Amino acid sequence: MTTILSITDLRKSYADGFEALKGVSLDIEEGEILALLGPNGAGKTTLISTICGITMPSSGYVSVGGHDILNDYRAARRMIGLVPQEIALEPFEKVQNTVRLSRGLFGLGRDDAKIEDILRKLSLWDKRKNAVKELSGGMKRRVLIAKALAHEPRILFLDEPTAGVDVELRKDMWEIVRELKENGVTIILTTHYIEEAEAIADRVGVINGGELLLVEDKDNLMAQMGRKHIEVMLTEPVDAIPDALKQYDLTLNGAGNAFVYSYDIHGERTGITSLLNDVAKAGLVLRDVQTRQSSLEEIFVNLVSGEQA
Amino acid sequence: MNWAAVAAIYRFEMARFFRTLAQSFFSPVLSTSLYFIVFGTAIGSRIETIEGVSYGAFIVPGLIMLSVVTLAISNASFGIYFPKFLGTIYEVLSAPINFLEIVIGYVGAAATKALFVGLVILVTATFFVDIRVEHPIAMAAFLILTCLSFALLGFIIGIWASNFEQMSLIPQLVITPLIFLGGTFYSITMLPPVWQTITLFNPVVYLVSGFRWSFYGLADVPIFFSLLAIGAFTGICLAIIWWIFKTGWRIRS
Repeated sequence: MTTILSITDLRKSYADGFEALKGVSLDIEEGEILALLGPNGAGKTTLISTICGITMPSSGYVSVGGHDILNDYRAARRMIGLVPQEIALEPFEKVQNTVRLSRGLFGLGRDDAKIEDILRKLSLWDKRKNAVKELSGGMKRRVLIAKALAHEPRILFLDEPTAGVDVELRKDMWEIVRELKENGVTIILTTHYIEEAEAIADRVGVINGGELLLVEDKDNLMAQMGRKHIEVMLTEPVDAIPDALKQYDLTLNGAGNAFVYSYDIHGERTGITSLLNDVAKAGLVLRDVQTRQSSLEEIFVNLVSGEQA
Repeated sequence: MNWAAVAAIYRFEMARFFRTLAQSFFSPVLSTSLYFIVFGTAIGSRIETIEGVSYGAFIVPGLIMLSVVTLAISNASFGIYFPKFLGTIYEVLSAPINFLEIVIGYVGAAATKALFVGLVILVTATFFVDIRVEHPIAMAAFLILTCLSFALLGFIIGIWASNFEQMSLIPQLVITPLIFLGGTFYSITMLPPVWQTITLFNPVVYLVSGFRWSFYGLADVPIFFSLLAIGAFTGICLAIIWWIFKTGWRIRS
């Protein structure tokens, strides 16, 4: 794996003193899908805008395919396609002309076959001669993607591609992202839907308050999420875990009237049956039993609220 | 240079013009005809010739300048303001292009549209009055430079404006009065001496005078000053645009 995008200590402060990025460092591997999760105002869009050249960084260093985004901006930007969060399109122009404009802006000659290919893949071919204003919201979003792909970028930024999009289009969008990945395109998407990150990302980054709080392989995160906890409440408190139950690695609460057992839901054996049998054999009487699962959402909320505290 | 990008911007901007070709073509034809009916025929018939040129013919250069300047400004300011307003400017800012390429694309298209309308008016005028062009090369040069320089000014206005009101502020409050008071419909020698002196501070006087000279060999101010004025004006606009892109003022935070 080679690093295609390298961000080092990137900072952005605005004239009013607001710090939108507080030293973000991140390496992105070629061909991966990275999901950046974060609440509104976390700095996701600022991060993307800075990499793409729309916003000037205050300090720090970003290189795209080895090209510095400031000194070697032409080579760097040629590699990047951007799908913005807001739908921004010239309403009176025909679909195919706006896509041609995008290709031209990135220095490539007219290539109708390539444009046709992109429009067909995005189910826009039939609408190519329609003015943009005649399209539905979902179709307009596809036009934005077509524009971003018109110059065959190696890296695609999708800024909240599925915000305010219906379920069907969201699934389509995920399918498009997977196809792009198969073609070797590196994808960075921002979202505040955790299920979106779960569904398509290889790695997940959590950003809040202009700081990157965590970047983790999604499978590792899922493994953490895949733990389930069973809490066993007793009618009579105990001083310590009985010897007969020592093998289960239980955690007793302070009052001694409940203990927690953790297990992997993906495991072949959860050990719940034998635990409960052994609890009965040890002469303990159950008052109640409940289970809970840590989700990505919980991890996310903990991280974000921990940050704010 | 990323010429493909320049061509793409230029083509996209011209497409806007061709979408409304009827409007782009007929409105100048109509307004010019109205000017000739009102000023040339109705009022002009009561005005003597000015230095041997009939009043109707005398106003043609000024009339062309009036339209060309107004259109160059409005086309260019709208051309760059509209993407800002719609948000589509993100694409231009994230593309591998520099400020010069952006300016050539947008200003080039705006100037072309203004030039087209200027020529339409010129042709329309020949149906009403006898026009002679004594210095065709100078005429072409003045016309093209005017289109370009005022398109540059329009570009600056479009970058500066943060709403549609501001877009029309400078054209309406500054440019239109300057044009009307710049000898468009009269020779400044017709004014009292004090006003003649005051008028010399109006840059449009030099423009109209030079342009009229290229038609009839008549000039209110020496032709050299006219060339100097339009050259200096273009230079100032270019310098301001260079500064805008260097600092990212109003476009790249």
